[in-house]
Amino acid sequence: MSGKVLLEIQGLTAGIGEREILKGFDLSVRAGEVHAIMGPNGSGKSTLSKVLAGDPHYKVTSGTVRFEGKDLLTMEPEARALEGVFLAFQYPVEIPGVNNASFLRLAYNAKRRHDGKSEADPLEFDELVRERMGVVSMPETFLTRSVNHGFSGGEKKRNEIVQMAVLEPKLAILDETDSGLDIDALRIVAEGINKLRRPDNAMILITHYNRLLEYVRPDHVHILANGRIVRSGGAQLALELEKKGYDLLTAEAKG
Amino acid sequence: MTPKTLQDFTSQEYKYGFKTDIESVTLPKGLNEETVRSISRLKNEPEFMLEFRLRAYRHWLTLREPTWAHVEYPKIDYQDIIYYSAPKPKAADKKSMDEVDPELKKTFEKLGIPLMEQKRLAGVAVDAIFDSVSVATSYKQKLLEVGVVFCSFSEAVEKYPELVKKYIGSVVPYTDNYFAALNSAVFSDGSFVYIPKGVKSPMELSSYFRINTEGSGQFERTLIICEDGGYVSYLEGCTAPKFDTNQLHAAVVELVALDEAEIKYSTVQNWYAGDPKTGKGGIYNFVTKRGKCLGKRSKISWTQVETGSAITWKYPSCVLIGEGSTGEFYSVALTNHHQQADTGTKMIHIGRDTKSRIISKGISAGASRNSYRGAVEIKAGADNARNFTQCDSLLVGDRCSANTFPVIDALNPTAQLEHEASTSRISDDQLFYFRSRGIRTEEAMTTIVNGFCKEVFNELPGEFAVEATQLLGLKLEGSVG
Repeated sequence: MSGKVLLEIQGLTAGIGEREILKGFDLSVRAGEVHAIMGPNGSGKSTLSKVLAGDPHYKVTSGTVRFEGKDLLTMEPEARALEGVFLAFQYPVEIPGVNNASFLRLAYNAKRRHDGKSEADPLEFDELVRERMGVVSMPETFLTRSVNHGFSGGEKKRNEIVQMAVLEPKLAILDETDSGLDIDALRIVAEGINKLRRPDNAMILITHYNRLLEYVRPDHVHILANGRIVRSGGAQLALELEKKGYDLLTAEAKG
Repeated sequence: MTPKTLQDFTSQEYKYGFKTDIESVTLPKGLNEETVRSISRLKNEPEFMLEFRLRAYRHWLTLREPTWAHVEYPKIDYQDIIYYSAPKPKAADKKSMDEVDPELKKTFEKLGIPLMEQKRLAGVAVDAIFDSVSVATSYKQKLLEVGVVFCSFSEAVEKYPELVKKYIGSVVPYTDNYFAALNSAVFSDGSFVYIPKGVKSPMELSSYFRINTEGSGQFERTLIICEDGGYVSYLEGCTAPKFDTNQLHAAVVELVALDEAEIKYSTVQNWYAGDPKTGKGGIYNFVTKRGKCLGKRSKISWTQVETGSAITWKYPSCVLIGEGSTGEFYSVALTNHHQQADTGTKMIHIGRDTKSRIISKGISAGASRNSYRGAVEIKAGADNARNFTQCDSLLVGDRCSANTFPVIDALNPTAQLEHEASTSRISDDQLFYFRSRGIRTEEAMTTIVNGFCKEVFNELPGEFAVEATQLLGLKLEGSVG
């Protein structure tokens, strides 16, 4: 049932400054799959997401990352986005003065140009955005508000999903998209994610807890500890983790 | 190379830095009473103008150059400046557009300023000032048909001496300040606008200032008179070639609005800012701009986009005398590299029910220094005066600085004053957020900056708003690193 390989990470070692956080990380993701990466604080989850998106603060010291066969690590962040890699940020930044409609249109048109298509005309685009906002029931007022400016934690996370719905990435990395959400917001976000699941795209869900995975059922679950995947399994691994806790599981993995 | 962070981003070449080779009539460097008399003689001025100049000159001699602005520059040698430089008569004598020197026409074309009346930018009348004199005014005839006078200052002195005599120095007297006194003594040309009672100018009026000769100063004077119920929207643009030496630009602008008249004055200033790396050269833009709302319910609105000059030192202000009159000031001041700006406004409320509004947006990048200085004065008789002030600063990178110096002086207990201020910084995290959505750094910067300036750009006439948007983008290129 799985499609072609989208992402192939081998021996990835990376960190900030002199500090290595990922230490020989391997992962292979195929089209149509949802992978969950779970792990305690400091295990390297966020580093992985930032490195894949190309955050210049992070330094890769060794290893390879191929996206559809292309070397992702040599690409600028904007080139990665245009190729179809999307990061839903754990802490989306606020951009006062730039409204969501303009921001989305800029991003969408950058993608259209990259794909050799003409820019969307404003009316056509407006229609598209309104439809995609529906994925997470974003109210109309959202369009004229500044990007994430004065948004609640839940609104920021929903905004990430709206952007993902508009840009339709091939690979989406969702960095703790469930954190800080109350139960209703979690359900809305999770339903949104499910609606965007397709056989030709893939997702990596980075999370601490099983609760998001109760709504978005992953194909694979990986446990990250100390910069490496220490155990992989199916959806049931997340349940096991919840029962036993990280310490026991990682100890088992070592033993 | 793609700029990555805030520091790579702000170093775009100044594209108006070329010089035009043209024969000119130039007075020798230096300033004395004879210089003043020569200028007046070269311009065939009536006696009252010479008197005005001489009084100003003598007063200037008693003054000292002010030092209170938050800017630094080496002492100016006033004897090392050329006070008058004009293209040779064949170029300057412009009965019709066809007679303008082709070299001059080419220069303005290169600058994107259309002098040919039939060309694009239809609906905008242009007065082009080259060094010391006005070289062409377009659409003049068409405007005269509805009674609007739009001509060079020299022509106004010749044809409308009574208006000039009545209003010159009535808003900015030569005793006002050091640079106003200097300008009053040596000003060579500028623009003149007269809107008669009840007339709304059918098109935007625009002046374009160009300094060409090295070592010359530009001292122009603009006078706009808008009679009862009249309306005019006026725009000025400025550029200069690149020279290693600094050039002084000390202009005076006076606006007079009578009963229910409205004047909208917009500036897009892009003088040469000096060498991006060393800070050498560039224009000292020391300008006095003031409007007087003399009439009831009159309105004067200043909009400025200041992006150039080594140093900008100016405070377009409003004196609100007429009952219920309104003063507005919308400003974007961008400094990059080694530029310095000390700019803002003064709103002086004298009449009752007067209102003023100040929106100031300062953007600093590179190693530049950007200050807002403003004063709101409510005089004792200004019952129910109101002011709203908003001062926002945006920092790009961590080597620049932004300051605000607001002063409020309220002598009437019924006054209502509001002041809001904010400072923010474009962060690498914001830029990364854009980039992670496929948007390039340059586009991200421009988008953030334009978002920041939106309230001011909304005040600019349509096509100039587009121009200002692009200009800011260019000016910031290379400032992100």
